[in-house]
Amino acid sequence: MSTLVSLKDVVKRYQRGKQSVEVLHGVNLSIEQGEFLALMGPSGSGKTTLLNLIAGLDQPTEGEVTVAGERIDRLSGSKLAKWRARHIGFVFQFYNLLPVLSAARNVEVPLLLTNLSSAQRKQNVRAVLELVGLADRATHKPGELSGGQQQRVSIARALVADPTLLVCDEPTGDLDRENAEEILKLLQMLNRQQGKTIIMVTHDPLAADHASRTLHVDKGRLIDAPARNAA
Amino acid sequence: MKYFMLIWAGLWRKKTRTILTMLSIVVAFLLFGLLQGINQGIKAGLSDTGNNRLWTTPRMSAVSSMPASLMDRMQTIKGVRNIADLSFFGGYFQDAKNALPAFSTHVDKLAVVYPELNITAAQIAAMKATRPGALIGRPLAKKYGWKVGDKIPVGTTIWTKDDDTNNWAFDIVGIFDPTSGFENSPLGSAFWINYDYWDEARKFDKHRVHQFIVQIDNPQQAAAISAQIDKLSENSPDETRTQTENAALQSRLKQFADINFIANSIVGAVMFTLLFLTANTMMQSVRERIPELAILKTLGFTSGTVSMLVLIESLMLCIFAAAFGLVLSAGLMRFTSAVLGPSTLLPIVVYFGLGIAVVLALISGLPPALRAQRLNIVDALAGR
Repeated sequence: MSTLVSLKDVVKRYQRGKQSVEVLHGVNLSIEQGEFLALMGPSGSGKTTLLNLIAGLDQPTEGEVTVAGERIDRLSGSKLAKWRARHIGFVFQFYNLLPVLSAARNVEVPLLLTNLSSAQRKQNVRAVLELVGLADRATHKPGELSGGQQQRVSIARALVADPTLLVCDEPTGDLDRENAEEILKLLQMLNRQQGKTIIMVTHDPLAADHASRTLHVDKGRLIDAPARNAA
Repeated sequence: MKYFMLIWAGLWRKKTRTILTMLSIVVAFLLFGLLQGINQGIKAGLSDTGNNRLWTTPRMSAVSSMPASLMDRMQTIKGVRNIADLSFFGGYFQDAKNALPAFSTHVDKLAVVYPELNITAAQIAAMKATRPGALIGRPLAKKYGWKVGDKIPVGTTIWTKDDDTNNWAFDIVGIFDPTSGFENSPLGSAFWINYDYWDEARKFDKHRVHQFIVQIDNPQQAAAISAQIDKLSENSPDETRTQTENAALQSRLKQFADINFIANSIVGAVMFTLLFLTANTMMQSVRERIPELAILKTLGFTSGTVSMLVLIESLMLCIFAAAFGLVLSAGLMRFTSAVLGPSTLLPIVVYFGLGIAVVLALISGLPPALRAQRLNIVDALAGR
C-alpha cells in the first residue's frame, strides 16, 4: 500500500480575538491508501481541525500536508477548492444537504464541477443512489427523509465524483444506534469492497470498531494507539 | 447553465418572501413603464405637431379675447401661409358635469391648418350650409352616441344670447375621424361650431376671438414671425403673445404640472426604496444560507463561483420581475390612454427599465455576493 496522506510537523494556530490559540502541536501522521482510519478524542482535542487540514478545508500554520502526492498546504484558495472537488468526499454529522433540492439533485451537486453531460451526471447519480440503497427516494427532499436516509444521501454525494479520500466528521453522531450501525456498515463496505480510503472522526468507540485503525487525539497531539483494530 | 438549478433553488427557498419582493419590483416597474409611457406619449404628441404652427393668444390672459380683424393684418406677414381662429365656447350637455370641449371657428380654415383632423370638403360644405351646425370628433360622438342629424342642446353659463337666454342648440352635420395620434387630443375630440353664427347670436364680446393658429412656411422662421405678429398689437389694449404650438403646449402642461419632473421623481423615489428592499431580501437570503454556501465551497465550488451564483440570483429576481412589470404596463396602457391621453412604451424605455433592473440587482446583490465570497468554510460549518 502507498501513502495517501502525509502530515509532517503540522501546527495549527487560530487567532481568537487578540489571543493566538495553538490547536495542533507538530502532528506527524501517515495514512495508507485503502485504510479506514478512525480519529477519536475528547471535544476540543483538535481531531476536526486535523480532519479539516487533511481535507483541504483549512491550511496549517506550520508544517506540510501532502495528500495524493500534492502539497496542499501550498495551494491557493481557488486551487484548493478545485483540488477538493477532485479528491475529497465529505460526510458530516448533520448531513448538510441543500434542503430545497431533491436527494438526486443533492447528489448531483459535486458533478456540476465536472465536464460530464447532464445525461452522464444523472446516470452516475442513479448508480450511487442504488449503491446506498436509496434509488426509490431520488425525488424526495431532505425534509421528507429520515436521519439515516439523509446520511445515506450525504454518503452518495460524497461518493458520486469518485473521490480519492472520504472524510467523515461524526457521521453517526446524529443517528440512533440502528441507523448508525447501517451507516458504519455502508462505510465499511465502501472501504473493503470499493477500496475507498476513509478517515472518520468519532466519539463513539463502537463506531471506531468498524475502522481498520484508530488514532487518538488529545490536546492537539496524536497519542499512540494500537496499530490495527481487529474488525 | 448547469448551475441554474442551484440558482433557481436559492431563489425559491422562501417562496413567500421571493413572491412579495418580486411583486414590489413588478409594481415599481409597472409604475415606471406607465409614467414613462405617458411622458413619452406627451413628448411624441408634441413633436408630431411640429413647429410649423404658431399660437397667438392675448398676452394678458388665456381667457381674454382679441379683435378678429387682427387675422387680416397677420396674413400680410411674409412667411404666414394660413390662419385659423378659435374661440372657447365651453358649455355642457344636459348636465353641468357633462362639459363639452366646444369651440367656434371657421371650419374651412381650421381644416387647412389642422389636416390631422381629417375634415372633409363635404363636411366643410355642410357647416357652411347649416349656420347652427356642429362638426364633432369621432371620440365625442362615440361617448354620447351622437350621429349626423341629431340636434344637441348645449347649456352655458358664459355665453348669453341676444334674447337674454343661454340655451343653445346645434345640429350635427358631420363626424370627423382624426389621425390616430390626434384622436385623444382636445381638438380631435372637439365640438366645432360656426364662428359667424355664434358671434352674431352672442350678446357680448362680439367680433373678437380667443386664439389664432398660424401656419407658417418655414419652422425655422417661427421666432421672427412670432415677433412680427406680436408687433402688430404692440402698445395696444390687445397685445398678443405668439409662440410655437409645441412651446405653447409645453407651457400649458407646465402650468398644470411638469410631467417629466413628476415622473422622474416618483420613479426615482420608488427605485431608491426598492434598492433597500431588494438588498435586504438578498442579504437575509444569504444570511440564512451561510451553511449551504459553505457546503458548496466545501464540495469544491470556488469563492468566485459562489459569489457569482448569489449575484445571478439577484439579477434573475430583478430582471424577471422588472420585465413582467414592463409587459404589464404595456398592456395597461391601452386602458390608461383613454383616461390619461396617448401613451406609448418605446423600446428605449424598455431598455432603460431593464438597465435600471440590472443596476438594481448588481447594487443589491453585491454585498451578499461579497459576503458569500469571503465566507470561511471552517467557521461557517462550525456555526461561528
